[in-house]
Amino acid sequence: MTTVPAAAPSSGPGYTSSDAQALSAAPARPRPAPPGPVTAALTFAWRALLKIRRIPEQLSDVIAVPVVFTLLFTYLFGGALAGSPHRYLQFLLPGTLVMAVLLATMYTGVNLNGDLAKGVYDRFRTLRIWQPAPIVGALIGDALRYLLASALVTGLGLLLGYRPHGGVGGVLIAIALVVVFAVALSWVFTLLGLVLRSASAIMSLAVVVLFPLTLASNAFVEPGTMPGWLRAVVHANPVTQLVTTTRAAMDGTVTAVQIATVLAASAALVAVFGPLTMRAYRRHE
Amino acid sequence: MAAAIEAEDLVKTFGEVHALDGVSLEVPEGTVLGLLGPNGAGKTTMVRVLTTLLRPDSGRAVVAGLDVLKQPNEVRGLIGLSGQYAAVDEYLTGRENLQMVGELYQMSPRDSRARALELLDWFNLSEAANRIAKTYSGGMRRRLDLAAALVVRPPVMFLDEPTTGLDPRNRMALWEVIERLVGEGTTLLLTTQYLEEADRLAHDIAVVDHGKVIARGTADELKAEIGGERIEIVVEDPAHLGQAVEALAPYAKGEPAVERHTRRITVPVSGGASVLADVIRELDARTIVIQDIGLRRPTLDDVFLSLTGHATFGDEDVEAADVEALEAAADAAGGTGDGDAARTVAAGSSSSEGKDS
Repeated sequence: MTTVPAAAPSSGPGYTSSDAQALSAAPARPRPAPPGPVTAALTFAWRALLKIRRIPEQLSDVIAVPVVFTLLFTYLFGGALAGSPHRYLQFLLPGTLVMAVLLATMYTGVNLNGDLAKGVYDRFRTLRIWQPAPIVGALIGDALRYLLASALVTGLGLLLGYRPHGGVGGVLIAIALVVVFAVALSWVFTLLGLVLRSASAIMSLAVVVLFPLTLASNAFVEPGTMPGWLRAVVHANPVTQLVTTTRAAMDGTVTAVQIATVLAASAALVAVFGPLTMRAYRRHE
Repeated sequence: MAAAIEAEDLVKTFGEVHALDGVSLEVPEGTVLGLLGPNGAGKTTMVRVLTTLLRPDSGRAVVAGLDVLKQPNEVRGLIGLSGQYAAVDEYLTGRENLQMVGELYQMSPRDSRARALELLDWFNLSEAANRIAKTYSGGMRRRLDLAAALVVRPPVMFLDEPTTGLDPRNRMALWEVIERLVGEGTTLLLTTQYLEEADRLAHDIAVVDHGKVIARGTADELKAEIGGERIEIVVEDPAHLGQAVEALAPYAKGEPAVERHTRRITVPVSGGASVLADVIRELDARTIVIQDIGLRRPTLDDVFLSLTGHATFGDEDVEAADVEALEAAADAAGGTGDGDAARTVAAGSSSSEGKDS
């Protein structure tokens, strides 16, 4: 506390005598009905958008990471794995799309954790609103970040010569599935954001979980040459399912069953981690 | 008058710490209860329980006729909270902060915007309306936070140490806002470490320490509880202390307290200024030279000390001498109104209060 508001005249802050009348003259407001869940969540989504606008640097994770990974993997492994970067890109791009977006989910937890530490959520939690609204609103903002990352990877891929046989429709289905799954996975990080003490704790746990999860999949190589035990791990990994489906969508060969599987996995994540998050939210001290 | 806030035997333990150790209290509608206590007394925990942020281990709480534990969401519709940590969104502007709360109360965008501008004007934040709150000073954040709690003018308000860390001028200004709210019928539970603040704003005071209410009453009742007025004398020569006590004996209404190293005698009396005159004559007749003499009414500081055995500042590591010096400075500045300087210093030295939890 070093500065007094510049606006305050030397006689002291202006909310003195004349404002007494203003305050009294203000009509008594009828107590409005509480807002519906959608209104409340959208209000918090608006907050998330304002925050993205005010701190654009927080988008670096959804801009830098996808670009770096796409370029690096394409030119680092392309020649060795597929004969040429160009041919590898055809296989790789859906994989980097998945990886880039899933890595961005950890910031959901980091942001929530920061807000909790600053006490902003004390206000939200004492409002008569649908309790999950602040978190759902934040996730809507995150979904936009995931969309941005997806568009970036896809655009860069097209620039480098990636050609999706599924056409525009296939690409859109692929991106939609990746974003849906990422939003569902974000509920894991809202829970971590609530129960872990610091942002750095969330980050280190996220790295330990997300890197193996995305690398031990079919995102970068076909599992055919892997030892049996690893192949089993890769097959059981839900990210493999997501990558396979994304790849199929972009190739134009996706089946309804594949789409349903990704949606079911997403629903399962929300069904488990949604209630756990809200339980931790209500009990947060 | 119905009670707007009612708590019964609230208990909350954090590990080994009894943050609330069976607290009961009642705030009649339209009145102000000052919850007065040092850091870590349980004040914030109490506010968090009553505002649905924290579930107590046991006990019962009713706010505006609704059970806090059974109908938390309904309670939320009737309360406003301004916490110790200004709960404003740093990356939103002042106006957006208030507008968001308005929209969460189902106001139309136009109404919530109008209300936001109105509140910013009251709190003298108009010029900062479109700056993000991160650039605000501590005092501005406090005001914005209070404004956010007032968007729909809740009938029951909770203010947790609203002026801690504010400079005297901002504190006075905030007091005026609070007085006006109460004048319009808002019920208020206010926590504070500042006796002066409780004295000025609260109809009733509950003194809390170690999670318990240790005294209750109006400021005057609490002062009366530890006795009425006293005469304080400082003699020039310590050898005269005995004689001085003798001279005072006929006027004393209780045991005199003698502090040898400061050559000070304090004795309870009644009869006001005329007694003081008599005492001066008596001392003069015995040719006892006095350095200082005065008639003192007890302050809430005295109440606090006598109740808890420690000063309000609550920092166990503050040297007793420091506390004395601060109190002396506060007294010198004159009981109510101008003791800010010393208390601001005191607040500075103990501003590191974590959440009471």
